[in-house]
Amino acid sequence: MTDLATRTTRVAAAPGRRRGHRGGGPRAGTIIAFLLPFVLPFVLFYLVPVGYAVWQSFQVVRRTGGQYGTPYTAFGGFQQYTQAFQNSEFWSSIGRIGLFGIVQVPAMLVAALLMALLLDSPLLKFKSFFRVAAFMPYAVPGVIAAIMWSFLYSPQLSPVVDLLKGIGLQPNFLGPGAVLWSTANVSTWLWTGYNMLIMYSALQSIPQELYEAAKLDGANNWAIAWRIKVPIIGPSIILTTVFSIIGTLQLYAEPAVLRQISSNISSTYTPNMLAYAVASGNNYQQAAAISVVLAVITFVLSFGFMRLTMRRTGL
Amino acid sequence: MNKRNATRESPLSRGGAMFLMCILAVYFLLPIYFLIVAATKPEGDLVSTFGLAFSHFNLFQNLSTLFGRENGIFAMWALNSVMYAVLGAGVGTLISALCGYALAKFKFRGREFLFSVILGGVLVPTTALALPLFLLFSATGLVNTYFAVFLPSIVSPFGVYLARIFAAASVPDELLESARLDGAGEFRTFFSVSFRLMTPSLVTIFLFQFVGIWNNFFLPMVMLQKESLFPITLGLYEWNGQTARVPLLQVSVITGSLVSILPVIVVFIVLQRFWRTGLASGALK
Repeated sequence: MTDLATRTTRVAAAPGRRRGHRGGGPRAGTIIAFLLPFVLPFVLFYLVPVGYAVWQSFQVVRRTGGQYGTPYTAFGGFQQYTQAFQNSEFWSSIGRIGLFGIVQVPAMLVAALLMALLLDSPLLKFKSFFRVAAFMPYAVPGVIAAIMWSFLYSPQLSPVVDLLKGIGLQPNFLGPGAVLWSTANVSTWLWTGYNMLIMYSALQSIPQELYEAAKLDGANNWAIAWRIKVPIIGPSIILTTVFSIIGTLQLYAEPAVLRQISSNISSTYTPNMLAYAVASGNNYQQAAAISVVLAVITFVLSFGFMRLTMRRTGL
Repeated sequence: MNKRNATRESPLSRGGAMFLMCILAVYFLLPIYFLIVAATKPEGDLVSTFGLAFSHFNLFQNLSTLFGRENGIFAMWALNSVMYAVLGAGVGTLISALCGYALAKFKFRGREFLFSVILGGVLVPTTALALPLFLLFSATGLVNTYFAVFLPSIVSPFGVYLARIFAAASVPDELLESARLDGAGEFRTFFSVSFRLMTPSLVTIFLFQFVGIWNNFFLPMVMLQKESLFPITLGLYEWNGQTARVPLLQVSVITGSLVSILPVIVVFIVLQRFWRTGLASGALK
């Protein structure tokens, strides 16, 4: 500490800087050397592919002289987009994901918030055990989580099915109506603890004095949780919502694994699966258009949600 | 203080809260418990015995079958996953730290613009990048190589965002100023002073990126055909797709899943505090 103090006095005392440049900061070359190791791969592996996908989505494949001519790509305007919008599989994948998101995201976040509030309250014992138990699934890759759950859904292997049959139920987790919610359950299992921990960390950083005044005024725990804690951690709740929206729209691994055991998941079940299926058929331009539409929807929804909530709550 | 509050709560709400949390804990732990039980069973017992109860202990046999398959390809997948995730997150953390530090500590034109472009990258769905990257990489011959997965993995816009916040919070400007007056170059100052001050937060960035790469599935699936380059996720996915034709593979899928998640879970529990600091700063600022 004294070292720092003498150094700072030297800062004040030194009339001229040792290095010959003006303005105090490092040279432009040095700054670039700091930025470039990240910025270069960022440009190459983020910006260039985005630009390439956008460019590709405006191309069409034509052939010289009839069916068997040489194929070449040409500018096609919005043709790929029109084609995507006329594709009923595209709309049903969007609809499925929309339904999934409207139900799964709020259910997961309400559960996460409830758990965070309980862990922050004086009601519980063994708090660190509960915290670790809930966060553990985050360590499990989506593919492996889906494989694990697919055993629990399987009519032959599942102890859950056995137990439910024991009380007279006939569950069919992989049936046409249920499989979407079985997929949603895998996502919920994976991400609830992660979202809970984001909210819990925010709750932990609220100073305790804030509650004292409310308690003196006779507010009970519910009122404190609902009127003080939840509004203060608003930004965290918004953040988890935005991340969840992005994750939902990208859904691929979980339904792809469940497809291996259920015929009720098609190869075009989610927009991402559709894009992959289309690309596998060598129609990269159409796949690019679908990816671009999906990215635009992601941007609009996440920005839109942030703007909306920030205006409402004045955060 | 908590103790005094605790006595004020009614036993009913305390009991209700405990009950609810116990149910949720069962929900989170059940699949992992099931996997542990299933991994110890011989193939026949999987269907014929109750899934949550142990039967014949066959774990070591299952493990040797798993590692013996296709000339030990599972060990290779495990090694690949470690290589992608450890090296990718290591390099990724370093470049995120340099960039985030520069954004926090140096003043230059276009700084805020650059930061918003990088932040916009957080919102880009990474699955949307995989297909165009595949085409770009096939043009350069990178497809089906280690670098096809490694190179895109090192870029983490979220890491830069965290590094900027952490650098601003943990490295005092006075310290940099005095190091400059002592004639230390910016890189020397970064590696000898700032890096050490930022270390706890760099561990957080490393962990987030490690998990991101470890869990990644779509990118390797698009990029790789050669089985010897697969990460565990892709390898187990392929095996899982073959269990209908080769029922004996099922035991190896189960044992392999367990082997691949246990080490990460242990690391998670050991490094818990880094997650909490990371999640708190990421969420609040």
